[in-house]
Amino acid sequence: MTGEIERYTYRERMCHWITGLVYLYCLSTGLAFYTPYLFWIAIALGGGPTSRFWHPVIGLAFFAAQMWMHHLWSGDMTVTAIDRKWLDKTEDYATNHDENVPPQGRFNAGQKLFYWAMFYGAFFLLASGLVMWFPEYVPAGLRWIRAWAILIHEAAALLTIGAFIIHVYMGVFTVPGSVAAMVDGHVSTAWARTHHRLWYDRVAEKTAPPE
Amino acid sequence: MSNGPLEIKAISGHAGPVPGRDTSRDYDVAKLIDVTTCIGCKACEVACLEWNGYPFRETVFDNTYQTMPDLEWNYYNLIRFNEHVADDGTLSWLMRKDGCLHCADPGCLRACPSDGAIVQYSNGIVDFQQDYCIGCQYCVTGCPFNIPRFNPETKKVHKCTLCSDRVGAGLEPACIKACPTGCLHFGSKDDMKDLAEKRATQLREHSSHKNAGVYDPPGVGGTHVMYVLHDIDNPERYGGLPKDPQVPLSVRFWKGPLKWLGNVAMVGGILGVALHYLRYGPKNVDDEPQDIGEPK
Repeated sequence: MTGEIERYTYRERMCHWITGLVYLYCLSTGLAFYTPYLFWIAIALGGGPTSRFWHPVIGLAFFAAQMWMHHLWSGDMTVTAIDRKWLDKTEDYATNHDENVPPQGRFNAGQKLFYWAMFYGAFFLLASGLVMWFPEYVPAGLRWIRAWAILIHEAAALLTIGAFIIHVYMGVFTVPGSVAAMVDGHVSTAWARTHHRLWYDRVAEKTAPPE
Repeated sequence: MSNGPLEIKAISGHAGPVPGRDTSRDYDVAKLIDVTTCIGCKACEVACLEWNGYPFRETVFDNTYQTMPDLEWNYYNLIRFNEHVADDGTLSWLMRKDGCLHCADPGCLRACPSDGAIVQYSNGIVDFQQDYCIGCQYCVTGCPFNIPRFNPETKKVHKCTLCSDRVGAGLEPACIKACPTGCLHFGSKDDMKDLAEKRATQLREHSSHKNAGVYDPPGVGGTHVMYVLHDIDNPERYGGLPKDPQVPLSVRFWKGPLKWLGNVAMVGGILGVALHYLRYGPKNVDDEPQDIGEPK
């Protein structure tokens, strides 16, 4: 769906897909270390030691990409009063009674929740991940830190996985046009008006031809 | 000792059942270290290096008897020298051979994510298989005794094997063979427990060590390396031997409830969105402009 309104700039799209790609790598190798039933993923991606070597390195890339994204989007992701109204209507949104949902800006409250889950998740993953990367530098007297780091790493990863499942599902299945928007950067007028009315109004005003 | 091949009863990071799970074919083996008769000669350290084919490491002289500051990836056992001054001013010079205790419930094996990198044989020996080790060092985290050591060059973790190669061939571990005072014993776990209790009783009855006892901590299901200590209530004096070692609570929580919770949440999440799609489907876009008069 090639639309007429630019939704994501080239830089935003690059940032999104790079973050997504490195997240997917960390997710796959992480799941391999998470359960023996998925350890074959580590084998498929070059072997256990290889996966173990790259997981933390790519993890750093994920954190960096997340910070880049924050630089690009933190303004648009600020939670506002409109978002609180939207959150009261989450059930209506989930059951496709969108007529009851208040109009939204560039990102709706659900997207913002996903964004902040990944943003704060990245900090927890980085801090606990560094301990897991270099456990030999943790003094023996503070060994409990290593054990808790693993627990925190896993809990934070599970949080991002939950958010990620919903993100991919929403993007690919429930909101047609989202993937195209993230690929070529444009949406149709109708798409913009339906899903992000307030943003559409702003953009349309800006781009409206002078009368 | 059995001359047959070593049977495996537990495998790390293994999906599905383990052949020979919880079996005990012959009998559990055990090493008994009677620290009360150790003279700190370090013959066990040398024997260990010799048998395993490792060169001596460089070390530093710190004005004590301590040869090496710590265990290393190629230094599986180390006598820790500690001086303890009792309340009445008497000095005890404590020597303890430190190394893997081969827990019946090994925290390293529980924590390991790599299939087959850590195995537990039916005779109780816990062995690292470096071929399958991925170098994540979860075992370092899981061990309550701070034993496994990482080789940063090969990115593999090593520890005492209880000479599983020798034991499998019907021999005693190399350190046992080298000990000149008979402070090291090797045999079946039952025999060693028996011997240990006898020695502890002897110490209590015929020496000033009224609190002598056997260190076979139940928190890790008992160990296949046991100690006779002068003072069983203060194992920490012997260079950080924990009083009540346990597989860390966080490791048990991580490998237990959290794993189940995570699995249910992930599978449930994927099923949930699939069911949601079947029930509600996609959000359709209104193609007709609803707000006539708005700039298009």
